[in-house]
Amino acid sequence: MSPILEVENLVMSYQSGSKMLTVLQDINMVIHEGETVAITGPSGSGKTTLMGLCAALDNPTSGDIKLLGNAVKPLSEDQRAQLRNKFIGFIFQNFQLLPSLTALENVMLPLELQGIKGAEDDAKKLLERVGLKDRMTHYPTQLSGGEQQRVGLARAFINKPKILFADEPTGNLDGDTGATVESLMFDLNKDFGTTLIIVTHNPELAAKTARTIQLKSGHVVADAKNLVQDTTN
Amino acid sequence: MNKFKFLWNIAIRDSRKNRSKLLLFMSSIILGVAALVAINSFNYNLRKEINKEAATLLGADLSATSNRPMDSTMMNILDSLPGEKAKEMEMMSMSYIPKTDETQFVRLKALEGDFPFYGKIKTISSEAAQTYKTGRSALVDESLMLQHGLQKGDSIKVGKTTFEIKGKLSGAIGSVGAMSSVAPVIYINMTDIDSTGLIQPGSLINYAYYFKVPANLNIDEWKAKRKNQFRSENVRLETIEDRKENLNRAFSFLNYFLNLVAIVALLLGCLGVASSVLIYVKSKTNSIALLRCLGMKPWDAFLVYFIQITFLGTIGVWIGIGFGVIIQSALPLLMVDFLPVSIQMAVSPRAILEGLIVGISVTTLFSLIPLISIRNISPLRTLRVATDETSDQRDWLKIGLYVAIILVLTIYLWVLTSSILAALGFVVGIVVSYLLLSGFAFLVIKILKNSISSSAGFVVKQGLSNLFRPDNQTQTIMVTLGMGTAVLTTLLILQSILLNNVSLMDSGKQPNMILYGIETNQMSELKSLTESYKLPILQQVPVVTMKIDGWKGKTKAQWLADSTMTAERWAVNREARVTYRDTISEDETLVEGSVKPYRNPSDSIFVSLGTTFAEALDVELGDEIVFNVQGTRMVTYVGSLREIEFRNLSTRFFIVFPNGILEQAPQFQVLVTKTPDNATMANYRGAVVKVFPNVSVIDLTTILQSVNDILKKVSFIIQFMAIFSLLTGLIVLISSLTLSKYQRLKESILLRTIGASRAQIIKINATEYTFLGVLSALTGVGIALIASFILTKVQLKLDFDISWWILLSIGFGLVLITVIIGMFNSRDVVSNPPLEVLRKENG
Repeated sequence: MSPILEVENLVMSYQSGSKMLTVLQDINMVIHEGETVAITGPSGSGKTTLMGLCAALDNPTSGDIKLLGNAVKPLSEDQRAQLRNKFIGFIFQNFQLLPSLTALENVMLPLELQGIKGAEDDAKKLLERVGLKDRMTHYPTQLSGGEQQRVGLARAFINKPKILFADEPTGNLDGDTGATVESLMFDLNKDFGTTLIIVTHNPELAAKTARTIQLKSGHVVADAKNLVQDTTN
Repeated sequence: MNKFKFLWNIAIRDSRKNRSKLLLFMSSIILGVAALVAINSFNYNLRKEINKEAATLLGADLSATSNRPMDSTMMNILDSLPGEKAKEMEMMSMSYIPKTDETQFVRLKALEGDFPFYGKIKTISSEAAQTYKTGRSALVDESLMLQHGLQKGDSIKVGKTTFEIKGKLSGAIGSVGAMSSVAPVIYINMTDIDSTGLIQPGSLINYAYYFKVPANLNIDEWKAKRKNQFRSENVRLETIEDRKENLNRAFSFLNYFLNLVAIVALLLGCLGVASSVLIYVKSKTNSIALLRCLGMKPWDAFLVYFIQITFLGTIGVWIGIGFGVIIQSALPLLMVDFLPVSIQMAVSPRAILEGLIVGISVTTLFSLIPLISIRNISPLRTLRVATDETSDQRDWLKIGLYVAIILVLTIYLWVLTSSILAALGFVVGIVVSYLLLSGFAFLVIKILKNSISSSAGFVVKQGLSNLFRPDNQTQTIMVTLGMGTAVLTTLLILQSILLNNVSLMDSGKQPNMILYGIETNQMSELKSLTESYKLPILQQVPVVTMKIDGWKGKTKAQWLADSTMTAERWAVNREARVTYRDTISEDETLVEGSVKPYRNPSDSIFVSLGTTFAEALDVELGDEIVFNVQGTRMVTYVGSLREIEFRNLSTRFFIVFPNGILEQAPQFQVLVTKTPDNATMANYRGAVVKVFPNVSVIDLTTILQSVNDILKKVSFIIQFMAIFSLLTGLIVLISSLTLSKYQRLKESILLRTIGASRAQIIKINATEYTFLGVLSALTGVGIALIASFILTKVQLKLDFDISWWILLSIGFGLVLITVIIGMFNSRDVVSNPPLEVLRKENG
């Protein structure tokens, strides 16, 4: 399979007071199409920073990232926005739904951004798929945490992304709800043939992916295939 | 899908649950535009009405007025005009009302001919306008009749003659309501004027000649050819066109004031727009970051909110226009006493168009300041709350926006004031105030940061630290609050200074009564009468009238023909009222030269001039001035210059001769006294009018009472209009403080979560808001003091005597309101569980 994400000599530093704080140091990795990858590590190890950079949300201090064969660095902000809109999906720990949009409107949003007609039908199908057929016209505040994350899942898959970034997708959910969401995420991922990159603390969730990249103090300390992929509940 | 349609849909959807958050924004626009439209509409209607009514306001095609009888040459020229003619003599005089045994200061108008030719003297009953011309009859101002309980058929004595009242005068030609409370008008027939005995040498009389000419005669051209000739004889010609211009100019003061109020309301509205949109953008940061994360381009994200704001802004502008149109119909009712015309409440399309253009441009420009920051909101915010979005690079777009705002504001002010200098002055003032406020806020933050003692209690330390912690709103709040306070305080200080200066004129031991037109042989009897009322004779001054025949070696005629003449016409043409003495009076200060007495017939005559008059005539010490003293030519030299204090009621003379020259010239006397109370004043005035009907009595207390009444009405209008500014100011205050609410909310919730008591949170917030209020009040009031000082000294040329209680109450009021609104904003945090508050805010 061809590489979908290539990271080369990636360094990310911040100015912290009078000192430079290096968050990521010399990161190299390649992720192939269809792979499921977990990025794990303790707090402050640089997981979220790495994800932000890989998803073209930020610029590295040095190093290169190639997403879907395109170097990210030379892209303008508008070109990056277009890249995210067409090829990338996101799932957030805190759901990140627009509070003033209904569940259906939240899901339709990525397709509407592309100017695609018929977004409503696709969105309805996906909401039905995640079990929210009766909650389509509800606003986020009228939904439980699990329901909000299921809306998040539907929104993440509506543009049939090539690559999906999930930031602690079950971090804000209780055990059972979290398990339901996990299961849905892996099912959808399988159906859509998406490359899945999950940032998590949770070893159980990480174990359900095919590969785990472990970070510590901004360095990759381990990058190994998981022997058993347990995507069942 | 059409991109705009998509952005429009998102904009509408996104605003669904947030429209109440834009209430502040809408209110700022509505108030600002309402003030603008109401005021402009009123101004345009007034101008339209003046232009329409100018003919009836003048009553003739041409008027020729002078303060002395018309020279025969001039009269011959005027008499050559074809058409109808009329004559009017007008003077101030005391009148006596037999029915009530009271006296009243009046404006006596004696008429000859069928004046007015256009419009009519409004009387009740209507035939009175004709019947008063027969017998010894008069038309008397309605307010005077009401005040003294007079009826048709009662009598009034003016000078030596008693007139029968034939009717009520409900509108004299070209006069305004407010004037009648100072000196109500009485019309009599010209044939009766001599019998009053009021026409004497030295009487202050205005002579007016009115002409109605055939339609084919262009009176403006006729006038243009002769105006200089008439002007040199101190005769003023006025046509209907001139009256229009003069009235429009006279009302330009009202225009300026109303425009100032409109600008203040609009500027505060702008601040309201900018700060309320900033609050809105802040509350939308997460949504914007998500849209960006999902692939929305930076400018598209900006457009979503720009569409929302512009759409709601336009609705706000239209609502403002609607309110403006309603309010403008109330303005004529408020100002009825000051207007020479009754104003039709018509909707002014020009005012509406201006309101629309200015409203939309201002809304757009000022909301763009916070809106353009949207494009810098990073999509990373979806992953991390704290994301550094600041850039070292200058945001040229923002700088360009500030430049555009300054340009638009300058152009608008230029159009409004018709003066580029005034517009620039205003804009520079605003920019300087802004810089001062920002600078002061910056300084305060620096000082606080380095000076908070570790021994201060937790609550105080926490409250004060909020003022300089990252993302603090200290600078923004101080600028908006300070600016609003500065503008409103300046308005209030100026109002109080104007009122103070008037009331000062009647205070303490200042004279309050002047008697003039006293014949020399009446003086000893009048002095005895005055002393019998135990009144002091503060001044007794002889007055001689004369004209200027020439100066600095040239005759007046030569000067008038000379294009290099630097003297001002009023100084050249006036009929000078001159006194003689060898001393400097209490109200005067000698600034140059010395008083040189005249001892021998061979001595030169040295006169003393007031500095204002010397400057106007462009003469200096030693320069020659030739006077014509009622036919006698008299060569004099400038011997000294005096600075004259004009504030008190007293006799003041621009020209003073030395003793020994004018004693034998025809003259009259003036007597100045001070009455202790109103009863003595009324009794004394009555006695003078009865015994010396030719003597005019000017009673300052009554006049000041009337002026105060007028000023009270003006104050009411000012206060009515200031409501706009106050309401908009309040919105700015609420907007500014709501800004800080978002900043403090999470901190307060955290403190509550880790166990801070309700009282501690209240104290922390109260400390922060009290400090903010005090700092803003200090800076705002400070700027207002500087601005009003400059305006008072330079523009109004008045004493800067302010009431400190105004400043104290504004300062105290601002601190109080700041704390109340601040506490109101944080009421949720102190009264509800932390998570409930968080859910509510995130929802």
